[in-house]
Amino acid sequence: MVRLFETDTMRDTPRFFDEMQQPDGAPRAPYTGYDTWFKGEDLRDLRKKSADAERFFRRTGITFNVYGQAEADERLIPFDLVPRIIAGREWARLTRGIEQRVRAINAFLHDIYHRQEILRAGRIPVELIAKNAAFLPQMIGMAPPGGVYTHIVGVDLVRTSEDEFYVLEDNARTPSGVSYMLENRETMLQMFPELFTRIKVAAVQDYPVNLHRSLAASAPRDCSPDCTVAVLTPGIHNAAYFEHAFLADQMGVELVEGHDIRITGGKVQMRTTQGYKPIDVLYRRVDDDFLDPMNFRPDSLLGVPGVMDVYRAGGITIANAPGTGIADDKAIYSYMPDIVEFYTGEKAILQNVPTWRCSEGDALAYVLDHLSELVVKEVHGSGGYGMLVGPAASKKELAAFRAKLLAKPANYIAQPTLALSTVPILTQAGLAPRHVDLRPFVLVAPDKITITPGGLTRVALKKGSLVVNSSQGGGTKDTWVLEE
Amino acid sequence: MLGKTAGGLFWMFRYLERSENTARLIETGFRIALTRADGDDDEWTSVLQTAAVAHLYFEKYSQIEAAKAIDFLLRDPGNPSSVMSAIAQARQNARLVRTAITREVWEAVNDTYMVLKAALARPVSARDLPEVLALIRQQSALVRGAMHGTMLRNDIFDFCRLGTFLERADNTARILDVKYYVLLPSISQIGSSLDNVQWETILRSVAGMRAYRWITQGETSPMGIADFLIFDTRMPRSLAFSVGKIATNLAYLEQAYQTRHPCHAQIDGLSARLRHGKIERVFEDGLHEFITDFLADVGKLGQQIEADYRFLG
Repeated sequence: MVRLFETDTMRDTPRFFDEMQQPDGAPRAPYTGYDTWFKGEDLRDLRKKSADAERFFRRTGITFNVYGQAEADERLIPFDLVPRIIAGREWARLTRGIEQRVRAINAFLHDIYHRQEILRAGRIPVELIAKNAAFLPQMIGMAPPGGVYTHIVGVDLVRTSEDEFYVLEDNARTPSGVSYMLENRETMLQMFPELFTRIKVAAVQDYPVNLHRSLAASAPRDCSPDCTVAVLTPGIHNAAYFEHAFLADQMGVELVEGHDIRITGGKVQMRTTQGYKPIDVLYRRVDDDFLDPMNFRPDSLLGVPGVMDVYRAGGITIANAPGTGIADDKAIYSYMPDIVEFYTGEKAILQNVPTWRCSEGDALAYVLDHLSELVVKEVHGSGGYGMLVGPAASKKELAAFRAKLLAKPANYIAQPTLALSTVPILTQAGLAPRHVDLRPFVLVAPDKITITPGGLTRVALKKGSLVVNSSQGGGTKDTWVLEE
Repeated sequence: MLGKTAGGLFWMFRYLERSENTARLIETGFRIALTRADGDDDEWTSVLQTAAVAHLYFEKYSQIEAAKAIDFLLRDPGNPSSVMSAIAQARQNARLVRTAITREVWEAVNDTYMVLKAALARPVSARDLPEVLALIRQQSALVRGAMHGTMLRNDIFDFCRLGTFLERADNTARILDVKYYVLLPSISQIGSSLDNVQWETILRSVAGMRAYRWITQGETSPMGIADFLIFDTRMPRSLAFSVGKIATNLAYLEQAYQTRHPCHAQIDGLSARLRHGKIERVFEDGLHEFITDFLADVGKLGQQIEADYRFLG
């Protein structure tokens, strides 16, 4: 018999919604099957499994590289073996919201690079687009093949209560982490096969097939009959190289770098053992800036010189389209409910986190007054860097951040500190609640949107911490959507 | 397949073969040192020469010393042919061609890297050396087994095999290059203990002691050993065997791609020379010249394959 929770020493902290356990200790409905199984397990055995899992990940090479560090620093993202479980009914509601949001993002991108109706209607300030580095003038008037801008989207969700989910941010450029979603499931299947016979969990393994189908469906019209897809990676030293290789492998397509490619006869071609072969769809995991040194950053060695010109002439599909960053910018985020309404004519199903734009005087004044209660983020930041978590910050940190905020208010947005839900992780002492978020992965093809059931659950391994980013000590969990 | 991928596979398997060959050279040197009464360290000089790293060793150390030579061959990061360097290179190439190899092969290589990195984290004492060398052998067998058991027999496989056998042909030829003088009739005195030791060194370096005895029923002669290492197609590390494998795999590629390249003409020449050659003739014309020519031809063939299949550009 296993003790369910370590002693709660967080007396002063507010109660958080725990997804597994009700306040009286009984399991919530989606977890009843797992709870029964867990109570029959021996804690020592489980801890041993935990060590097995780490060995499995190392052996498989599911590591990420740390920038600027020696080869020795291929790190593992810690994996916790307690699954995060979502009821089928809950998931159905989330998918409706995600699909609506992703449709709106694509419509928004098309509009922004064409007639800009939303700016004319005054729903978004013009300078927010015009002065935005993520807005690419090269995309103006350009229609991507199949009309798809964001072929792959990750929508980060957090939960605060039984029925409340919020979108924390949209990832419309090159969302990563899907290899962890797949490998986490693979690991769980290996470690606990019996669990999957007892509990019906929706499969995630189709993702690579769906990704390939979705990319091929967005190919240019004059594409060769056996449409050639390739994954473009910045190279072996990139933090996410494992994922790039993994996805290419799973799709059965080539993994290319800039120096494998040249442009001839108006087509992007890759150097094979039998000469140059055309590529029809390029799933690029290289940022816009580095994609094409002739059109963007001239010092980039990672990209393909001239690929933008082929793209504009309709000779290749680039996924995601260049310039999609304008839709997941943190300042644009605060307008998402308006964007969804403007393009779909419906109220947004998924809620946005209330956001103060520090560029606005009233908002800035409020943020400065309530700094110790808020989370403040850089508009262009990512990975949890350059962010202030007010309630966790020292007086000194607050003062330092206040100065930064005053110097460049437009650089920041602020949000209330959300009471993120918890899911237990396995610790030395047994189960202990930790905060989580969720990144479902969405595939957009011209004819349909596919959402893999579940996604990547990231978990803050430090007690009380709200930062789940892997670069800041976060881990991951397998995410189950129950088949009901 | 991408040209870069073909190159990655080729080098991955060259480095894997190299790590195994270096380990075998260490094993031979160690064994000879143990069984020799006079206990001088000359044997290590020729081991370093065979591995083509003697010049690097002497940049670092002024004298030959068994422990230093072993460490240099086993784990020195400044020696690109040390077992650990070769394994690290093999793994780096494996990461590069992750999409072309099976999960089993990748895991075997990655596992080998992790296991050896731990085993070679510190200098290995003479007492632990046999165990560490056995571990290296075992890990190599693991990778080979995964490759043979799980990989499709297509162009990917051919490039792996080309890397393995080019490296092997080069290695066996270099062993002969460094030791050719002990096989020359003018110097060898039949039955002297010095020659016995030298011959044993050669055979051990190619894991051919037992096989040679089995084939010749114990009759050891310098010309017999040279014949065994050069022309015997039953011997998996002989020049004829390695060249035969290179020819087969290049022929598969010619067939699969329906294209004949300059490298095909080169391998045909090399094959013919080994198929029709006779050891007596080689000794008449000069063993050393034969080996020198062979090494140069293998080097050229490697470069031609690299160009014909666009490894680099």
